Amino acid sequence: MHVPDGFLDATTSAGTAVLAAGTVAVALRGARAELDERTAPLAGLTAAFVFAVQMMNFPVGAGTSGHLMGGALAAALVGPWTAVLSVTCVLVVQALLFADGGLTALGTNVVLIGAVTVAVGYLCTRLATALAPRSRAALLAGSGIGAFLSVPVAALAFVGLFAVGGAVDVPLGAMAATMTGVHLLIGLGEAAITVAVLGAVLAVRPDLVHAARRLRGTATLADRPATAVGGAR
Amino acid sequence: MGAGHGGALGAAYVAADTPAHRLPAHLKLLAVLAFAVVVVATPVHAGWAPAAYGGYLVLVLAAAAVARVRPGRLVRGLVVEIPFVVFALLLPVVARGPRVEVGGLSLSESGLAAAGGLLAKATLAVLAATVLAATTEPRALVRGLERLRLPSALTQILMFMIRYVDVVGGELRRMRVARESRGFRGRGPGALRVLAATAGALFVRSYERGERVHLAMLARGYTGRVPTGPGAAVAPREWLAALSLPVAAAAVLAAGMLVG
Repeated sequence: MHVPDGFLDATTSAGTAVLAAGTVAVALRGARAELDERTAPLAGLTAAFVFAVQMMNFPVGAGTSGHLMGGALAAALVGPWTAVLSVTCVLVVQALLFADGGLTALGTNVVLIGAVTVAVGYLCTRLATALAPRSRAALLAGSGIGAFLSVPVAALAFVGLFAVGGAVDVPLGAMAATMTGVHLLIGLGEAAITVAVLGAVLAVRPDLVHAARRLRGTATLADRPATAVGGAR
Repeated sequence: MGAGHGGALGAAYVAADTPAHRLPAHLKLLAVLAFAVVVVATPVHAGWAPAAYGGYLVLVLAAAAVARVRPGRLVRGLVVEIPFVVFALLLPVVARGPRVEVGGLSLSESGLAAAGGLLAKATLAVLAATVLAATTEPRALVRGLERLRLPSALTQILMFMIRYVDVVGGELRRMRVARESRGFRGRGPGALRVLAATAGALFVRSYERGERVHLAMLARGYTGRVPTGPGAAVAPREWLAALSLPVAAAAVLAAGMLVG
């Protein structure tokens, strides 16, 4: 769910655009530390993965299905900076090619969906791995809690922006309560999908999961062999 | 996915040869962005705002006509707005201020004006962006962003994403065919586990593909930059054509402020 043009006034949109540009600049620097000069191909492919996985429908119980937003999942899989870049690129493509999310609201969407969800997801995962560094269950629980919280926190951030730059005088308490209620439910779905997908990747390739770098010591896997030779298709 | 020749992303593009298609992508990006800024800057509560929205609508429909974007395509572009239409419809119910009775419901006047304004602005901007997507190929858009001085690291990521999104999507489609030919039905709690394994495998394959692409690029002399060469010079006539949309919109806005 992306913010379209016109929901926030021009000043607020400009403010979030500056904030988004700063975040992306820091992320570009940070991603170089995570991926060195492999940033462009790997972040590009991660963005393509996030884009494709957002189109999948997952059954999340009680006869409902949901789709992933993916900020928290990407943060756990590839690290926070690369995740911010990947989600930002997904948002740019959605805004430019599908008019999904306004052009003047692109900064708002990058801040809300790119930065806030990734930050909440990463912080929760990081906290869990700091408390129990060698536990796979703690990693999954942390990323699940992060994914669950990331959705209502992003919604609350939107309410905050709407309070500053929205054109209507709405009772903020009621709006915040409604938005949080709805997004807590969406967050449950996000958490279920995030934990399931992360668990699936951890089962086959724990070495690829950025948040699981500390787990590697206990795994009975050999170090990763040199990447297979083969032409890119 | 896989709609038409261009795949998931190319589906937005409508091939044709019109003045709008021929304009350089970075000019079109600037024009649509400036148009959206003018639309957003229109005060919602002004009495002349509806007239201004009408003026913008005429302008964006004229641009669509020049670009020969069919009405059906424009309407399909509007589908993305639906979640926020729900949000906007709630505003008159919850907003404060003087209230009016409409069909037995007590609605807020300022909420009604704001909801109408939000919907009008969002719709106008979506229409303009739809015309942009219909007249510009995804790769040209990224080139346009590059010419607008976006950091090259970011445009490279975008370029890779656009190049490989169809490959990744195709991988997902093949996994679905494989799943369903083994009798998978996709219901119940067990399905989440299966679909999560699919998404997990998709991530592993995407990431490994990224590593292979990187090695292949190194073998071809990649140094961290993708040479694109200088962009073609832009004729003043093209600037004029591209900027006619936002300038006309700004004229509508200025007229509203002066008269209203």
